[in-house]
Amino acid sequence: MEIKVLGTGCPKCKSLEKLTREVVEKNGIQATITKVEDITEIMKYHIMATPALVVNGKVEIKGRVPSAAEIKEVLSKY
Amino acid sequence: MNMASQTISINRKVITPLLLLPVWYIIYHFLKPATDWLIDDVFGMTAGSHLTEALRFFIFEVPKVLLLLTLIIFLVGIVRSYFSPEKTRKALEGKSLFTGNVLASLLGIVTPFCSCSAIPLFLGFVEAGIPIGVTFSFLIASPMINEVAIVLLFSMFGWKTAVIYVVSGLVIAIIAGWVIGRLNLRHWVQDWVYQSQFGNADTEGEKLKFTDRIQDGYNAVKEIVGKVWLYVVLGIAVGAGAHGYVPEDFMASLMGKSAWYSVPLSVIIGVPLYSNAAGIIPIVSVLIEKGASLGTALAFMMAVIGLSFPEMIILKKVLKLPFILTFAGIMAVGIMLVGFLFNLIM
Repeated sequence: MEIKVLGTGCPKCKSLEKLTREVVEKNGIQATITKVEDITEIMKYHIMATPALVVNGKVEIKGRVPSAAEIKEVLSKY
Repeated sequence: MNMASQTISINRKVITPLLLLPVWYIIYHFLKPATDWLIDDVFGMTAGSHLTEALRFFIFEVPKVLLLLTLIIFLVGIVRSYFSPEKTRKALEGKSLFTGNVLASLLGIVTPFCSCSAIPLFLGFVEAGIPIGVTFSFLIASPMINEVAIVLLFSMFGWKTAVIYVVSGLVIAIIAGWVIGRLNLRHWVQDWVYQSQFGNADTEGEKLKFTDRIQDGYNAVKEIVGKVWLYVVLGIAVGAGAHGYVPEDFMASLMGKSAWYSVPLSVIIGVPLYSNAAGIIPIVSVLIEKGASLGTALAFMMAVIGLSFPEMIILKKVLKLPFILTFAGIMAVGIMLVGFLFNLIM
């Protein structure tokens, strides 16, 4: 599974990245996690608020930092 | 989760806040007598002395402000769950200039938005063909009219001042956005903005149940109150200290009505200062108590909250320097006019 965390480097974006890594590690999920900081790259996902969580190219969460439980639920769909 | 337990958890989410509301009201209602009882009877302090009154102010104000803050932020969290940048953009598409400015400023108050999202939001608006002036009305109103500031102004100065603050913020956002639109500053937008094509953001929002919205309310309280409570306590502590010990007209000569230069001076000092509303308003309340006029204090507060260097640096990615300077200039003039106006009429 390919996970991308979109964000220009604000505190919320960093906490989403950290949280996602924790969830992936804790649940032994096979995934690569990349942080996308380039704004033109970010805009390709058609979002208007950061941070965002993208799984296999699909925007799952945008504009907020979800709970660990919610991230786990989102990832379990894949 | 089976159906039964799901229903229980849903009910609990709706019922808990409903049960907490009367508790909230009782605490709020009896705060004043409880403070007096604590100070006069339990501590047995002499009423009227500096220390007594400073302590009374602190013990009363901290829980009062935090109670109001919690309630209002909870409600704001629920209201905001009905709005999103995508919906706002949809609402602004194809609006004429002035109507667009008014609508954008109003939506700026309720749309959940953090300044780090300024760039994606700006690009998203440009992409949808929303005029830059209208976009700016949104970008100005959103930080300027701050819910924490409203609560603090209401609890420290009463509802009239809170309304004055909201209305002035709206007027500045509408007019500054309109002026920026009229100036036609498109050539000062970074070139890549208009060259790139990102395609339209989908406007489809997440489907939320009412229990999710209540959860949003809780999250907002956790996030915002969790962040600002310390500033509130510190600010009130400074206020309480100044309450008894700094002479009444200490600020009158510097920030009083008679000193015409106080308004521009406050703005010049306020712009580089970057503080959140929670930290600044207790300080503003001290300034006013010590003889600063409301207009001057309001101008100072708006300059601190509404114009921030970090946000301008973020905007530098999409706007050239002359645009940013023009923007800051228009804002400064607008805030000064508000300051002069209130010094004149109040």
